[in-house]
Amino acid sequence: MAAHLSYGRVNLNILREAARKELREFLDKCAGSKAIVWDEYLTGPFGLIAQYSLLKEHEVEKMFTLKSGRLPSADVKNIIFFVRPRLELMDIIAENVCSEDKQHSPRDFHILFVPRRSMLCEQRLKEQGVLGSFINIDEYILDLIPYDGDLLSMEYESAFRECYLENDQTSLYHTAKGLMTLQALYGTIPQIYGKGECARHVANMMLRMKREFAGSQNQILPVFDTLLLLDRNVDLLTPVATQLTYEGLIDEIYGINNGYVKLPPEKFAQKKQGEASKDLPTEPKKLQLNSAEELYAEIRDKNFNAVGAALSKKAKIISAAFEERHNAKTVGEIKQFVSQLPHMQAARSSLANHTSVAELIKDITTSEAFFDNLTVEQEFMTGVDTDKVNTYIEDSIAQKDPLIKILRLVCMQSVCNNGLKQKVFDYYKREILQTYGYEHILTLNNLEKSGLLKPQTSSRNNYPTIRKTLKLWMEDANEQNPNDISYVYSGYAPLSIRLTQVLARPGWRSIEEVLKMLPGPHFEERQQLPAGLHKKRQQGENRTTLVFFLGGVTYAEIAALRFLSQMEDSGMEYIIATTKLINGTTWIKSLMDRPESQTP
Amino acid sequence: MVSVLTEWTCGGHVGFILDRKRFTTRAPWRILHCRSPDLLFTRVSTPALSRGSLSSHTMFFLPPSDFLKTELYEMSWNLRDGLRDSLVAAAPYGGPIALLREPHRRSPSSRPQLEIYSASGVDIASFPWKSGPVVQLGWTVSDELLCIQEDGSVLIYDLFGSFKRHFTMGQEVVQTQVLEAKVFHSPYGTGVAIVTGSSRFTLATNIDDLKLRRLPEVPGLQGKPSCWVVLTQDRQTKVLLSNGPELYILDNTSCTAVCPPGFSPQVGNIVQMAVSFSYKYLALFTDTGHLWTGSSHLQDKLSEVDTKKTPTPKHMVWCRRPKSQQPSVVLMWDRLLLVAGVCGDTIQFPLEDPCVLVGELDGVRIISSTNQELLQEVPLVCQDMFKIASMAPGALLLEAHREYEKSSQKADEYLREIKEQSMLGEAVRQCVEAAGHEYDPSTQKSLLRAASFGKCFLTDFSPDQFVTTCRELRVLNGVRENGVGLPLTHTQFKQMTLQVLIDRLVYRQFYPLAIEMCRYLKIPDYQGVSRVLKHWASCKVQQKDLSDDAIARVVCVKVGDSPGVSYSHIAAKAYECGRTELAIKLLDSEARSGEQVPLLLKMKRSQLALSKAVESGDTDLVYTVVSYLKNEMNRGDFFMTLRNQPVALSLYRQFCKLQEQETLKDLYNQDDDHQELANYYVTASYREKRLDSRLSLLQSAIDEYNKAKNEFSAKMTEDEMRLLRFQRKLDDEKGAGLLGLSLQATMEALLSLGLHKQTEQLYRDFRVPDKRYWWLKLMSLAEKEEWEELEKFSKSKKSPIGYLAFVDVCMKSNNKYEAKKYVSKVTPEQKVKAHLAVSDLEGAADAAIERKNDAEMGAILSRCSASDRLLIDRLNRARAAAAKK
Repeated sequence: MAAHLSYGRVNLNILREAARKELREFLDKCAGSKAIVWDEYLTGPFGLIAQYSLLKEHEVEKMFTLKSGRLPSADVKNIIFFVRPRLELMDIIAENVCSEDKQHSPRDFHILFVPRRSMLCEQRLKEQGVLGSFINIDEYILDLIPYDGDLLSMEYESAFRECYLENDQTSLYHTAKGLMTLQALYGTIPQIYGKGECARHVANMMLRMKREFAGSQNQILPVFDTLLLLDRNVDLLTPVATQLTYEGLIDEIYGINNGYVKLPPEKFAQKKQGEASKDLPTEPKKLQLNSAEELYAEIRDKNFNAVGAALSKKAKIISAAFEERHNAKTVGEIKQFVSQLPHMQAARSSLANHTSVAELIKDITTSEAFFDNLTVEQEFMTGVDTDKVNTYIEDSIAQKDPLIKILRLVCMQSVCNNGLKQKVFDYYKREILQTYGYEHILTLNNLEKSGLLKPQTSSRNNYPTIRKTLKLWMEDANEQNPNDISYVYSGYAPLSIRLTQVLARPGWRSIEEVLKMLPGPHFEERQQLPAGLHKKRQQGENRTTLVFFLGGVTYAEIAALRFLSQMEDSGMEYIIATTKLINGTTWIKSLMDRPESQTP
Repeated sequence: MVSVLTEWTCGGHVGFILDRKRFTTRAPWRILHCRSPDLLFTRVSTPALSRGSLSSHTMFFLPPSDFLKTELYEMSWNLRDGLRDSLVAAAPYGGPIALLREPHRRSPSSRPQLEIYSASGVDIASFPWKSGPVVQLGWTVSDELLCIQEDGSVLIYDLFGSFKRHFTMGQEVVQTQVLEAKVFHSPYGTGVAIVTGSSRFTLATNIDDLKLRRLPEVPGLQGKPSCWVVLTQDRQTKVLLSNGPELYILDNTSCTAVCPPGFSPQVGNIVQMAVSFSYKYLALFTDTGHLWTGSSHLQDKLSEVDTKKTPTPKHMVWCRRPKSQQPSVVLMWDRLLLVAGVCGDTIQFPLEDPCVLVGELDGVRIISSTNQELLQEVPLVCQDMFKIASMAPGALLLEAHREYEKSSQKADEYLREIKEQSMLGEAVRQCVEAAGHEYDPSTQKSLLRAASFGKCFLTDFSPDQFVTTCRELRVLNGVRENGVGLPLTHTQFKQMTLQVLIDRLVYRQFYPLAIEMCRYLKIPDYQGVSRVLKHWASCKVQQKDLSDDAIARVVCVKVGDSPGVSYSHIAAKAYECGRTELAIKLLDSEARSGEQVPLLLKMKRSQLALSKAVESGDTDLVYTVVSYLKNEMNRGDFFMTLRNQPVALSLYRQFCKLQEQETLKDLYNQDDDHQELANYYVTASYREKRLDSRLSLLQSAIDEYNKAKNEFSAKMTEDEMRLLRFQRKLDDEKGAGLLGLSLQATMEALLSLGLHKQTEQLYRDFRVPDKRYWWLKLMSLAEKEEWEELEKFSKSKKSPIGYLAFVDVCMKSNNKYEAKKYVSKVTPEQKVKAHLAVSDLEGAADAAIERKNDAEMGAILSRCSASDRLLIDRLNRARAAAAKK
């Protein structure tokens, strides 16, 4: 069912199975028929762990969305609330429980907190006088959710905002806990590297937690050799840049949620002869995107400019495979052909789907607006005129382009200039407030606080030094047959991934100067392994690094890491973990504040 | 494993005799640093393997079995009056002995003394008894002393004589008084049974989960019965009692008269009775001297013996072992001990001194004021081994080895004999098993050596049993030693399990021995050493004569970071003893910060609790402490506390943002965080429905922005207020619906309403950049398709946004005609783009060729279709020409 999770270097299905087992155990604790009341936010991540069928096997008969008022009637013995530990949700639960019909046959209430129970919430339930109504109050520790064979995400949307704006390190605690769970399943990770305040904090917590469990020495042979913790604010530039890989563009344009994307349906209409396209489907087309789909795994990380060629190559292979049937003469040959048929048909429909998706994207990437936007981005990245007010941004504001687009560009300029000149800074802000409304003063304030948008404090702009030392701009990026990670942004090599790459070879000592320019401390820790668990490495065996992005990672960055894993001489395989899969738009959105206006 | 073998076979450190002094003084840690085994074990000279040489053994034969009376200890105590006039309670499994002298003397001037000794008579505790008269003493399964008083209250003391708690056997007992009481053990724990002055029985099956059961009345019973016992059968606890010739079984609901099978009424009244250790067998003694034995279900009779002794024995105890050949009963009178076997034979021993009998799983301990003996049926295997002229393979092997040591060839003969019968394996097994049962280290050693010798001639013989026995014996010899005083037999040890033995050692505070044992037996730290350390530390913190610092230091040194030892647990213990400072010191060593928090809160160290919660990283824990503090402290102190903990403060802010907006304001105020305060007012202003309150909040925001030296934001807020007032005015005048729109949107709306003058006013008042204003007018005019106005506007002055924008906007409105008007005005750089925008390929080509710009020519080419043959050629030629240069 989730076979694609076990294909990779590290079998992430173990993690999923562990999570499923725990879920089953909890469900069985509540004997009898059940209805689940969902905190809506959780349904997506849960879908990656367990489908409805699993729940059904354990007598879950109904599912509702948590909302205030009365619970819908359902003839079940148990009502289970699956919720995040949030106070506002507790109030809703209390309301639900209180309005339960007392005369009616009583139903048993349970709460499952995801990912951790909270004394604060229980206190709240107590204050509301309903705590006693719950038979079971439990926690379902779901920190790291396996997304793909090499990808784990916590789907903790507000992590970046909480860490960098609100000084709330809850997500980091969950991260540390999640990493401990991971180590319990995959062995102690002997080396920990990190860059950034949050990384330091997580590493500290991990080391302390390890001491706390000093007794239960982990006897599992370590799967990971190294853990690299990276703060998102070490590299603020990458997420605001437009991703140019296939998967990255799908996410930029349509948004990928929990492994699914919703697409405009027109291109997917079944074109049958005689039946004119009179009734076009109106429901958006929902596609699941992961490495279980062979074709997708092949093209997801390619630069979009190379996708077309890959698709047409694939098309030829598939039609050649179908042509085979003419060569099948003997019964045996025909039988063999037929046996391959389901696989071929799946491949053909997969090809059709992705051809349509690629067409949709191509319409956008070939537009002048996209081109102009990209040109400006690349100018900034290469350091052209970053200290002046940019005409394109000005014109875009005047034409009321979406605010997030403007913010992405302005932030990028600020980052690439190590802060904007006060005059430029104030000009942009004024333009934004006058055009999009005064209320965005709060958002601008947030962006300033998180360092994305800031006035220049020192006259020295160190971005060019960083760019040159880390080779962040490669003039001759090869999009078709890449030889460097810069292909994912057609020239720009993501800073975060460069740091990862340099760490593997030749090591961070070679870039001390640059590391000092980036925010937060960099560090190295070692965790003692029990005797006998030291890996004896085979000649030529790759090392495995878990790269954890605190505050989010983009698909393009993931693509770059996958590219590094596949490079023959890298000697390193990467598994990626993050608090949330992000792109510039969702990321900036998470930092925005919109006061709800009461004005009539 | 190998090392153990060699130790035994080389005849090195045999036995397990501990240096007494080290263990009797309770300064437990000294020995831990002595790693050398030589300090723990003293050498024992090579034994002469002869029973006779040990004077303390008495062997006797009670058909069909051998019995052995072994001396366990010469008692270390010094009892002036012996055991006379004392209440004595000795716990099974080599448990401690409690002694209450003259319990019935009631004069307050001389209080009776309660003394607690180890099984070997080493003094553990002693104190004058100050409470009421005691009827019965008894030990619980966890080595706690129960003192059952006349008034029905039961006082519980620990091994060291510290009072722990008490309970009562019923209020009515205060009146009726306890006549007799018994302490009994069952699978449910330790129970107490009493019979009161009103001849009623009350039972508590488990004193740790006290449920009193008053049993039904016994017909015709006056005062106490002549004798009674507590039985545990079929998960039920019953009382068996006799009243003259009658025998009754008393359970929860009824009292039933019973008659044991084959028990003839002529034999007289039952005056003494005993149940076996396992509650399976019953012995009844009558006033005519008859002893009836049978099953406790009263369904089978084992035997009936005439002891020819009519006085009532003081004690009567079963002496048997699992798989016993010859269960027997031991009866004791003042000067006589009598062992009666089920076959009718009896053996008598004179007694010099009053004794106490303690029934064990596999025998009887006889404690006198001077020494202690174990009376046992000799296990079959030992009987086989040591029978005179025994031909058992084990016996032969033992003989063979003895000859071998003498370098005699007979060794070979004996071996041959065993091997011919293919019994060598069996012989080894017998030797090992017999060694397990032996109490004397030198005998153990001889037997094990013989076994080891025999093993040499065997291939494929599992050494497990041998190794395990060696280890267990070493442990047993260690705990049997006088200073420790746990005279456990191998059988008892197996029944008790190692875990319990460690617990008992720990409870007796033999920490070093327990630790050595755990290490020697390689028990995982979690179950072994750590557990011992945990107990040790919990005990250490109660030592009153040491300073907090000293204790904290020594605990931290010893416990270190042993896995599974929770410092918070130890600290909680210290706090219980009223040593708060020590508790805090200990908590410092707790690795799990989270664990420290609840205790710190309990100790009212809320500040510390807060910083520990912060340290743990568990934000929920921080919230918990914060909400606790909020209720505990006054607001000022609370804020001050938070101020010193930025992490907690930000979490609390988060909480307030969602739950308590007003508090949020106070927090910012307290911190003089004007920027955030201003933002707070801005947010708040949007919640206001009325314009004037909204404006006043914005004014507050301006003040705060100014205080924060954020001139830009202050200015922008002023602008916003100005805009709002303007919007309201126009809304009132013209119903324009402007309120809340951005400046740009306002101007747009004004333009579409044709209010050009007002637009101009805003443009000037708010210093809108020309560029944006031009864009605004351009788009607005195009939208309204006021092309003439647009043309006029384009000529009003030189466009700050160039003219390509005009082309683009016209094209967006699908007006190519108008668009073309502006192409000529476009700057040379944008000419090509402009021409292309209006699909004028020729024009674009002209411009590009003129500019000799390759990229532009390429762009045009990509727009050309096949029909543009001429144009393509022209462009290609121009490109080639440009490339040449």
